[in-house]
Amino acid sequence: MTAPAPREAAIAVARASYGRLIAYLSARSHDIAAAEDALGEAFHAALIAWPRDGVPLSPEAWLLTAARRRLHDGWRHAQVHEAVVEQWRLLNDGIAPEEASAAFPDERLALMFVCAHPAIDAAARAPLMLQTVLGLDAARMAGAFLVSPAALGQRLVRAKAKIRAAGIPFEIPPAERWLERLGDVLEAIYAAYGTGWDDVAGTDPKRGDLAVEALTLAATVVQLLPDEPEPLGLLALLAFCQARAAARRDEAGEYVPLAQQDARRWNSELLATAESALLRAARMQRVGAFQLEAAIQSAHTQKGLGAPVSPQAIVQLYDALVALQPTLGARVSRACALAPAAGVAAALEALFAIGEREVAGYQPYWAARAHLLRLAGREDEARQARQRAIGLTADPALRLFLSRQGS
Amino acid sequence: MDYMLMFYESPEERAQREDPAKAEAYFAGWMAYVGAMYESGCVKSGAGLELPHTGTTLRVAGGKRQVQDGPFADTKEQLGGFFVIDVPSLDTALEWAARAPCAGTGVEVRPVMPPPPRG
Repeated sequence: MTAPAPREAAIAVARASYGRLIAYLSARSHDIAAAEDALGEAFHAALIAWPRDGVPLSPEAWLLTAARRRLHDGWRHAQVHEAVVEQWRLLNDGIAPEEASAAFPDERLALMFVCAHPAIDAAARAPLMLQTVLGLDAARMAGAFLVSPAALGQRLVRAKAKIRAAGIPFEIPPAERWLERLGDVLEAIYAAYGTGWDDVAGTDPKRGDLAVEALTLAATVVQLLPDEPEPLGLLALLAFCQARAAARRDEAGEYVPLAQQDARRWNSELLATAESALLRAARMQRVGAFQLEAAIQSAHTQKGLGAPVSPQAIVQLYDALVALQPTLGARVSRACALAPAAGVAAALEALFAIGEREVAGYQPYWAARAHLLRLAGREDEARQARQRAIGLTADPALRLFLSRQGS
Repeated sequence: MDYMLMFYESPEERAQREDPAKAEAYFAGWMAYVGAMYESGCVKSGAGLELPHTGTTLRVAGGKRQVQDGPFADTKEQLGGFFVIDVPSLDTALEWAARAPCAGTGVEVRPVMPPPPRG
């Protein structure tokens, strides 16, 4: 067997350990930007040194040592005072420089809590997490977040500066804040996924990629917190959605609604991942919003696979979800679920109970309203609602699909 | 790390100070809160402020002083007091901010600039 080529070894370490290295370095320097710069320089040094001296026994430990030396040099050039000396001491805490194995602690979870901290601009949380934990750069993510690379880069720079200046702690929150803050982390991952998902149409392949990266983040949280049910719920939810990604468009690139999707085009491996994650979560017997949403997705999937779940059971899942988290999305979806379970009149009643003010710019409400009114035979009103839905749609394929309805 | 907690009050909250039926409970709430902060040993300095209408704003323009009656910004929520506390992190500062009697209106938490490094 030959040793791996130095360049490939560096890239492999970068992929596998980037988040762990950044988490470790920034938890001690309290400066994510400086940690990123130092690690970047360490990777650069590796590409020079490894071909010359051979790939070290533990590439991670080598990179960590090189990055810490660079952080230290950076501080030496800055004016030295006690705080810097203290940071240097912390940075060297607990590891011998030439430690053979890469036995440094995994602090990615603390880093995720930092990135999703409520004191940080909400629009920066998801991209910040993708950048620090998975190493994605602003240029690659910008399209997905519908901003220019420069604007996203600025947003990330500001967020890192805020973390440093405001003294946001690199630690796992205490018990009384735990659930709320874990919720922040999961929401940020969900937002990253949603950003990728909205464009599975493939008009921008970068956005589809982001959905896969978000799935990786969710799996990372599950790995770090194996005994918490909600990360499993989120992983299951994302895996269900991702399993159906390819089937959302037909060969001509046109939108296919869930009920008409070809189940043979669903990804069975991802479906299995989703089902087993949901089962593991359910065994913990602590229900949460992501688990309920995943259970609803599971029910939809069962229907497509020819083993339908009763419509009443689906309504019950929505009832539980609305009781826990009465978001607009959940209430609109619940109204739609009522149609097969309790009749279209009950569904319309639930839909009309939602205040007009809330739904003025919410496309799914108007699409649902058009659908239910059409089922009720109220064609004129259905057409009006459909026009409104079309006007609120950003996705060209979905717009085309809606404009063909009822024509 | 040092943080300044800036306590903002709504007109209704401020009005309690001058309402005989509510003033006692109002001041008791603040006394208890500030007392607990002092007990914990985190307070570096701080005070409550008189009502915003007692404030005077000054600007110097073209070498001339322009003095105006009233607070700097004409908003409903006005600064009612401030404290500088020394705590380990933003999260601890936020814990203290959340306990303030005016937390319903809002507390701004801002890091205090460290002194410049000794040359």
